[in-house]
Amino acid sequence: MKLLKLVRDDTNIDFLRWRVWAFAISLVLMAASVGLVATKGLNFGVDFIGGQMIRATFTQSATAPVTELRETVGSLGYGDPTIQRFGAENQVSIRMKLPEGADKNPELANAMTAKITSSLKAGHPDVRIDGVDSVSGKVSEELFSKGVLALLAAMAGVSIYIWFRFEWQFGVGAIWSLVHDVTLTFGLFALTGWEFDLNIIAALLTIIGYSLNDTVVIYDRIRENLMKFRKMEMASLLNLSVNETLSRTVMTSVSISLPLIVLVLFGPDVIFGFSMAMAFGIVVGTYSSIYQAAPILIWLKVGSHSFVPTDEVTGSKAERIGQDFGAQP
Amino acid sequence: MLDFPRWRIWMLNTVLVVGMAFAIPSLLPTSMRAQLAQFVPTPTINLGLDLAGGSHILLEADTSQLSEARLEALEDSVRTAMRRANPQIAIADVSRTNGELSFNVTDMSKVDAAREVILPLISNTLGARDWNIGVNNGNRIILSPASSGDENALDQAMDTAKDVIDRRINALGTLEPTIIRQGDNRIVVQVPGLDDPEALKALIGKTAKLEFKLVDEQADPDQTAQGKARVGSQVLPYPDNPTGLPYIAVRRLGGISGDKLVKADPTFDQQTNEPAVTIQFDSEGGQRFARMTQQNVNKLFAIVLDGQVISAPQIREPIFGGVSQISGSFTTESANALSISLRSGALPVDLTIVEERSVGPDLGADSIRRGVLAAVIGTTAILVLMFLVYGRFGIYANVALIINVLMILGVMSFANATLTLPGIAGFVLTIGAAVDANVLINERIREELKRGRRVVQAIEFGYKEASRAIFDANSTNVIAAVLLFIFGSGPIRGFAVVLMIGIVTSVFTAVTITRMWVSLWVKRTRPTELTI
Repeated sequence: MKLLKLVRDDTNIDFLRWRVWAFAISLVLMAASVGLVATKGLNFGVDFIGGQMIRATFTQSATAPVTELRETVGSLGYGDPTIQRFGAENQVSIRMKLPEGADKNPELANAMTAKITSSLKAGHPDVRIDGVDSVSGKVSEELFSKGVLALLAAMAGVSIYIWFRFEWQFGVGAIWSLVHDVTLTFGLFALTGWEFDLNIIAALLTIIGYSLNDTVVIYDRIRENLMKFRKMEMASLLNLSVNETLSRTVMTSVSISLPLIVLVLFGPDVIFGFSMAMAFGIVVGTYSSIYQAAPILIWLKVGSHSFVPTDEVTGSKAERIGQDFGAQP
Repeated sequence: MLDFPRWRIWMLNTVLVVGMAFAIPSLLPTSMRAQLAQFVPTPTINLGLDLAGGSHILLEADTSQLSEARLEALEDSVRTAMRRANPQIAIADVSRTNGELSFNVTDMSKVDAAREVILPLISNTLGARDWNIGVNNGNRIILSPASSGDENALDQAMDTAKDVIDRRINALGTLEPTIIRQGDNRIVVQVPGLDDPEALKALIGKTAKLEFKLVDEQADPDQTAQGKARVGSQVLPYPDNPTGLPYIAVRRLGGISGDKLVKADPTFDQQTNEPAVTIQFDSEGGQRFARMTQQNVNKLFAIVLDGQVISAPQIREPIFGGVSQISGSFTTESANALSISLRSGALPVDLTIVEERSVGPDLGADSIRRGVLAAVIGTTAILVLMFLVYGRFGIYANVALIINVLMILGVMSFANATLTLPGIAGFVLTIGAAVDANVLINERIREELKRGRRVVQAIEFGYKEASRAIFDANSTNVIAAVLLFIFGSGPIRGFAVVLMIGIVTSVFTAVTITRMWVSLWVKRTRPTELTI
């Protein structure tokens, strides 16, 4: 049987040739992301800023009457609602701030829900209330700080691991590419105005996991080649490593992208933002392993000398790990 | 590497079969699962509320109010104990400030006797002190809360509150609530399948502390309207006051509390035919109620629920037998809810809803249906691609991947874990890692063949060299998962749990199991050429 080859054998693409450009573009994009988040802000869901979100589907209509809803709900005296379509055209989420004093007296929040839902039902008999989320200011602050803490802890933890398993430069490279991926994803959410909630934190974590996986594979090959080709110039060595792992990189990214594309196209509407974030993360994560994590090693002066003193240790370590999986040389 | 002793093959196969067997109950339709459950235990995966639909309510206790209540109770018991002491000990100038209770023992010589009376009141069953006792200026006794006392009190109050909520929800019927304590002062209530939690909230949010107090009939209405009461009285809100003033003054002392109930039922007032609630005291409460009504015929008494007066009828005659009726402006539903709350006891502490999420069953079902569809299409696409690219080795990887999914489900079922939306993200990541492990191995074998190694050697090297990267990649994921579990909150933890399980099963299936299959195949056919 003739097998399919996604990537030609023996590619020799000079990836690193564009490293300065890629780095510059990444820096610009990261700055733009930070700028967007600072000026436009993220469209935080009730998970992170507190408040109430009602999700509704207009089962008999093709599109939800967003403008009209904005007026009706706005006229109820609870302030202006944030109304957004999500997923299908006839589904909306209506977000409100919790009424003054609701922290002490939840009846006020209940009354607001009841009033909004009954006004929706009065105007649109076909409306179906799909869910109500109500999060107090205190809980949302906790969710936010815990989410951020978890994210930072995970990033720091894995970078320290890489530092121990490789060299400190690799740890720096890993954390830099993670910061890169996370920043750009934040930028994407600021740009599109997609809702940023707890599920998106889970998506960010997946992106971190994937991007790191990718970085580790390339780093592993770089380490191997550093020990094999002591005289090779660093840029060529990186190119060689990236090219050698290229067919794996392509194969894995394509494999992972398949279910994500399906999820974006056919998946539940509630997780549209979530699926988009992950799909975006795969692209950015793959790119950053090649164009951020790898070239940083040149700038941090990694060379064949980096592994000379620890040559034996690393070699025997590699063997031991091989044996952990039952493989013997 | 190609040497797999028979016992090892058996062991690996056993692990596979057992792991997958646990997934079976979760994959069966509910009716078949029920039949199976008659013969064997069938632990299943719970679907999170975001997938299955239902209500999630997070309640937080008001701890400041708890200390206040403890102080009040302490004052009560101290006063009673001093009165009952033989000989009686007179105390004066009782004050509750800064969370401390202090009072003067009028007769200096009785300070020691007073201490003796108080000591049993402030020691708990474990022998530790709930309150610290001190004496100032010779005769002023000060009781200040010991920190362990506050913690114990909160802990007990939360346990009781959890039981009370459990009883109340059970009274609603066939719901299957999960009620768990979270942190020091929170309780999570999750009810699958309930998308309109109004009734539930009305039930669990109420403290249901019932008190009967005498109305201060000498109070000046103007003063009451300003919230001022005479010494020994207090002003309480009374929204349905027939006089139109939404406040009423009641006497602080001489009332009784309604926590000694044996029964509470919704009923109809025989005169007005409006909904009401009948209550029956236990014998001690009944006697106290009889005494109170006997001593105060023709006076007004206020029925106070959670600090708010619901009605203030006149005591026409002494009430013996401990049965009483509470009327107010009830609807049939609210009378029913109140009787459930009273029956299951008052919450020992006020609980406020700080987070509430409900997902309609339609949305939940839609999420599952489309989620499953996407998962099936996505996985099929991966399987096809892997086969096209790696041929025989692709098939090994594919079977391992399917087993991996089943094993994750199996372990989750065994642990009765909950699958949520973020959990699915964890799933995607582990499936990705499993696929990647096989891609790494197969690419490496390809490479080694290209370098001119013989088939068996190439396979050996492929597994060995790829294992290093697989190990590092999975270790980083384990580290991330553990940190997320430690630092994250609810949904993030759901992600971390799936990730931790998935890493173990995916390394096991994608590396160990495929290697076993490959080695068996190599042994059997002794291939000299390999298409990969």
